[in-house]
Amino acid sequence: MTEPVLVSKAPPDSLFELATDQWTEPYWQAAREHRLVWPTCTACGAARELGAPFCHHCLSQDIAWKPLSGRGTLYSYTVVRFPLIEAMNDCVPYVPAVVELEGAGGHRLISNVVGAPLDALRVGAAVEVSWHDRADGVTVARFVLAE
Amino acid sequence: MSISNKTAIVGVGATPYYRRGESHPQTMNEMGCKAIIAAVQDAGLNVRDINGFAYYSGGFDTPALMETLGIPEVRYSAMVTSGGGGSVGAVGLAASAIVAGMADTMVVVFCMQQPAGKRYGSIMSRVEPTPDKAFYTSSGLVGPGHFFAMLARRHMHLYGTRREAFAEVAMSGRLNAMTRPEARFRTELTLEEYFKAPMIADPLCRYDFCLENDIAIAVVLTSAERARDLRQKPVYVMAAEHGGRREWGRAIASMNMPEAYFASGGHASVAQHLYRDAGITPADVDVAEIYDHFSPMVVMQLEDYGFCERGEGGAFVEAGNIRYRGGSIPVNTHGGNLSEAYAVGMTHLREAVEQMRGTAVNQVDGAEIALVTGGPASLPVSGLLLRR
Ligand SMILES: [Zn+2]
Ligand SMILES: [Zn+2]
Repeated sequence: MTEPVLVSKAPPDSLFELATDQWTEPYWQAAREHRLVWPTCTACGAARELGAPFCHHCLSQDIAWKPLSGRGTLYSYTVVRFPLIEAMNDCVPYVPAVVELEGAGGHRLISNVVGAPLDALRVGAAVEVSWHDRADGVTVARFVLAE
Repeated sequence: MSISNKTAIVGVGATPYYRRGESHPQTMNEMGCKAIIAAVQDAGLNVRDINGFAYYSGGFDTPALMETLGIPEVRYSAMVTSGGGGSVGAVGLAASAIVAGMADTMVVVFCMQQPAGKRYGSIMSRVEPTPDKAFYTSSGLVGPGHFFAMLARRHMHLYGTRREAFAEVAMSGRLNAMTRPEARFRTELTLEEYFKAPMIADPLCRYDFCLENDIAIAVVLTSAERARDLRQKPVYVMAAEHGGRREWGRAIASMNMPEAYFASGGHASVAQHLYRDAGITPADVDVAEIYDHFSPMVVMQLEDYGFCERGEGGAFVEAGNIRYRGGSIPVNTHGGNLSEAYAVGMTHLREAVEQMRGTAVNQVDGAEIALVTGGPASLPVSGLLLRR
């Protein structure tokens, strides 16, 4: 029995309502402008934890938002095939993924890989950002397999 | 000061194991009290002897338990923070309170009751939106299995771990459940059936997921000295630890664990402290009740606890090492969360106590030391060594 090649979809927008604070708002603001940015400590230069109010290396709160290339590698992923709740019915299969971002000091973003044939997914695969603009004005970074 | 062997579990009590949502109209307080009454009776004590409570994962309302049971005074009430990772850490909390003279008779109680009509497996779909949750809720990570699937995938990538290993965890647990009267699933699971099961979150299929049900279980602890005069053979707390390393931290809630931690159960440091405090090595452990919310996490915890080297968990399991019959370290002798029932860690504790009393359904011959673990999740995670 051969399974037809499925292409990954995206999770339903209805699952996600954006809440921000001063430590994540600049990330989401940049996303609206289709720019992927990462917090950097201006005191010691370390890449920060996304969302943290302090640099965990030097405890400084001074922060700058560094533009990233939007490229990364697939650190791990899962293929969600079974809709656990009704909202997921038309959305499977979709692919939650952990993406190691180029230029973010080894930090990773939890995201999705969309539009990828499932049999082409590999840990270590090169991916690049693809923006999903929602009707409510929120933009979500997703990833596609890079050429 | 060490707590080693200064306290003992002297009583265990449980409600029936209900299917998900079928314990209603009992309340959680009512179920918790039923378990406590049964545990105290098992010990040959009176509920009025209880003067301390230790909890995890949200715990209970202490005055509600006192009012319901007529407990005159409480001197200690504390909870291990976070979720099911701290389950056996609550036993350590109880033991330390007794050793410190802050209470005499401690209860650890937990009740799992599903809201009617909602599935635990979709818990992340009904969390309040917060800034830190935005990254995983936007990605459609609806249930815990979605997160742990990504840890499993990384373990497979790094070490060549196969789905056959996850299948073996499920099949060997099922073999043990077949003789356990309380078990929800008591028919053999074959490799063929495992591979035919629908994928929920690749590489996890239906059989890699724990069950959902309603249960309350309580254990009673007192000093080792007092335990000798009670009804049951004391089961001594050899060592208990809860915590973990920052590198594991929020674990699945951040997914930023360094390479050495990502494809693990996050228990390595807890295991080290536990063995050191008990003065034993993994080779001294006779039976292990390993928290199995998802089968790959058993493979990874076997590595954390030193039953095999990092990365060798898959081959270790596939070679039959965790089987009750013929295994080098029998695991989840009651059938575990995958086949017996799920009570956020308490069924594992109950089984370990039965093993140390020598009354378990699948009794490991001559077992003298049992390991119990709390579920890999955000810190703290926990480990417990019990001895007869
Ligand atoms: Zn810094
Ligand atoms: Zn009365």
